[in-house]
Amino acid sequence: MAEEVVLLDFRPSPFGMRSRIALAEKGIKYEYKEEDLRNKSALLLQMNPVHKKIPVLIHNGKPVCESLIQVQYIDEVWHDKAPLLPSDPYQKATARFWADYVDKKIYDLGSRVWKTKGEEQATAKKEFIETLKLMEKELGDKPYFGGESLGYVDVAFIPFYSWFYAYEKCGNFSIEAECPKLIAWAKRCMQKESVAKSLPDQQKVYDFILEMKKRFGIE
Amino acid sequence: MGEEVKVFGYWASPYSYRAELALKLKGVSYEYINEDIFGNKSDLLLKYNPVHKKVPILLHNGKSIVESVVILEYIEETWKHNLYLPQDPYDKATARFWIKFIDEKCFPTLWLAAWSPENEREKVTNEACEYMKTLESALNGKKFFGGETIGMVDIVASSVGYFIRVTQEIMGLNLLSADKFPQLFQWSEDFANCSIVKESLPPRDKLLPFVKGLIAKYQQDNAKA
Repeated sequence: MAEEVVLLDFRPSPFGMRSRIALAEKGIKYEYKEEDLRNKSALLLQMNPVHKKIPVLIHNGKPVCESLIQVQYIDEVWHDKAPLLPSDPYQKATARFWADYVDKKIYDLGSRVWKTKGEEQATAKKEFIETLKLMEKELGDKPYFGGESLGYVDVAFIPFYSWFYAYEKCGNFSIEAECPKLIAWAKRCMQKESVAKSLPDQQKVYDFILEMKKRFGIE
Repeated sequence: MGEEVKVFGYWASPYSYRAELALKLKGVSYEYINEDIFGNKSDLLLKYNPVHKKVPILLHNGKSIVESVVILEYIEETWKHNLYLPQDPYDKATARFWIKFIDEKCFPTLWLAAWSPENEREKVTNEACEYMKTLESALNGKKFFGGETIGMVDIVASSVGYFIRVTQEIMGLNLLSADKFPQLFQWSEDFANCSIVKESLPPRDKLLPFVKGLIAKYQQDNAKA
């Protein structure tokens, strides 16, 4: 049966990147549609009426919203190739915990790093680094959070690597100096085609952030 | 096989309640340990949930699982009878969507509407009502979010259907009312009347003074800030 897969997305979005990586890992052909977030398409508003956000995965006309829900959905439907979640319930729970932790911490703290200044920024930077160090501890000696191969937590977390340069420039700090093992992990992930093709260039993300700062009057 | 199942919880916590209800729905026996979360958290709590230091914690044969929704998914995958998530991946994704919506939008906004100072309350209340309208649409004529029987969305929605209803009673608010949200209101009645739910919910007469005290604390802390 002809499968129709469409992804409504926005190139710099780390959430969109997760679904791109998952689809690429499974070798799924899909139509990528870039959204103009200041002029959202009728299709986006129809497919995600509750949140009106990207990414939206449309599979045979039916929408799946929220990036981690999409990754799980992709893993369950195309289960015969490159499994992202472990089959053991306890290991699965551990993976879900850490992906949830990434969701709760990384995006918000990172946003505060590039949006704020002075003491507020200093606090955000400190917490951000602490969060990265905890992730580094969880990674341990494994090549990936998923063990020997890319897993759910890797897919959830690696998109933010494309934003690291922007965070560093805005916050005037070096993530590699603080978390070398994490950067080594990130570079290892970037060796994979599914990841390399899904993440925008770090300079482009920084340019995008500068544009956002200008637009919202943030110095 | 000897299964050792323990829940570290707090009797009034809506999150803790989810873990207990799920185990009861599966007919799994467990030992319940009430944690003094407002006073002294036990060494075991800090050992089993070092990252968030919160309840609920599910301990299964010595291994800890934390975060209520992660716990619910684990319980479903471990005890594969009386399933509360749909089998079809699309329906499962839909259930997960509503669970996230309740936890990120509905429940926090409703709680905020309960203790916000007068001058801020109207805006938050309007937002909460929008979310409840959206949540009601997810029922779509069904008795429960899970269909004929309680599903995972219903378990999570207990935060709204029971705990928020108790809260609004204290505050004299009428957020989840029968005339504004007839389907959602009926759902909360049907849900609370299920025997397994009825016997496991924290009693109203204990919960009322507790929530009253908690709201007072929130208002006090907010006034100081």
